[in-house]
Amino acid sequence: MTTQNIRDAEEAPVKGRRAVLRDAFGVGVAVGVSGVAFGGTAAAGGLSVAQACALSLLAFTGASQFALVAAVAAGGNPLPGALGAILLGSRNALYGLRLGPILALPTRLRLPAAQWVIDETTAVTIAQPDRRSARLGFTATGATLFVLWNATTAAGALGATALGDPARYGLDVAGPAVFLALLVPQLRQAGAKLRLDRERCWVAGIAVVIALAASPFLPSGVPILLSALAVPLVLVAGRRR
Amino acid sequence: MSRDMLVWIAILATAAGCFAWKILGLSVPAGLLDRPLVRRFAMLVPVALLAALTAVQTVTSSTGQLTVDARLAGLAAAAVAVLLRAPFLVVVGGAVAVTALLRLTGIG
Repeated sequence: MTTQNIRDAEEAPVKGRRAVLRDAFGVGVAVGVSGVAFGGTAAAGGLSVAQACALSLLAFTGASQFALVAAVAAGGNPLPGALGAILLGSRNALYGLRLGPILALPTRLRLPAAQWVIDETTAVTIAQPDRRSARLGFTATGATLFVLWNATTAAGALGATALGDPARYGLDVAGPAVFLALLVPQLRQAGAKLRLDRERCWVAGIAVVIALAASPFLPSGVPILLSALAVPLVLVAGRRR
Repeated sequence: MSRDMLVWIAILATAAGCFAWKILGLSVPAGLLDRPLVRRFAMLVPVALLAALTAVQTVTSSTGQLTVDARLAGLAAAAVAVLLRAPFLVVVGGAVAVTALLRLTGIG
C-alpha cells in the first residue's frame, strides 16, 4: 500500500462524515427556521409565548403543533383538537418502526432519542448507507432541528405578539400552507414523482367533504377527527371492488 | 377551569400523546405492528387529517360556515410553490405574504 492509498483510506470515513453532516444540516436548517412560522401562528391563535415554546419543546412534531394551535384559535374546547393532533402524530410510530433496526439503540438511549423521531430525521437517517452514518445523520439532523425549531418558535411568538393583530399579516394561512406542503407529497405514488396515488386522493377528497359538511354543526376539532372516517370508508370500498 | 388552564392541559396531552407514538415505534419489535393493513391505515390517516385541516382552516369562518376570503388566495400561492418544489419556508412565507397583501389592499 502506498502512502497515498493509506491517506485515502484514512480520509474516506472523514469525507463520509462530512457528506452526512451536510445532509443533516441542510434539512435541519431549512425546516428548523420554519419554527418562526409556527411561533407566529401560535401567538396569532391566542397562545402565550410560553405555551408556544412548551409545545415546540415537548410535542416537537410540526403538523400536530399546527393542528392544536388551529383548534385553540377556533375557540371552544381545545381537547378535541388535542386528540386530532395526537392522531396526526401517529405516523411517527411508523418512522420509529423503520428507525429502530437501523439505529439499533441501547435501551437507555431510546427514551431521549424518541423525541427526535419525526419526518425529517427519518428521511435523512434511512438515506444513509451504514449504521454509523445513520446514527450520525439522525443525531445531527435531530440536534439542528431541535435547537433551531425551538429558538425560532420563541422568536416568532415574541415577534407576532409585538406586531399585534397578526391576522392582518396573513399568519392565519400559515397553518393550512404547512398542511398542504405535507399533504401533497403523500398523494403521490411511492417512488413516482408525478403520478398520484388513487387511494390516497380518494381519502383526501372524502375527508375534505366530511370535514366541511360537519364544521357548521360540530365544535371545532371534531370535524377533523370525523374526517378520519374516510380511511375505513375507502378501504372497505376498495375491498368490495 | 380557566381557558388558559384548559389550553395548558391540551398542550401537555398533545405532547404526551405524540411522545407515546414515537417511543412506541422505536420500542416495538419489528414485525409486530408492521402488517400491511396497519401500515396502510397509518399512512392513510394523516392524509385524511391533513386534507381536512387544510380545507377547514382555509374556507370556514370561526363559526364553521363556508367562506371564501384572502386565505384561499394564499393557499393557492402555497399550492403553486409546492408544485414547483419550493423550500418549506418559501411555501409558508408565500402564502402569508399573498394573504397579507390582499388584506392590505382591502380585497380579502
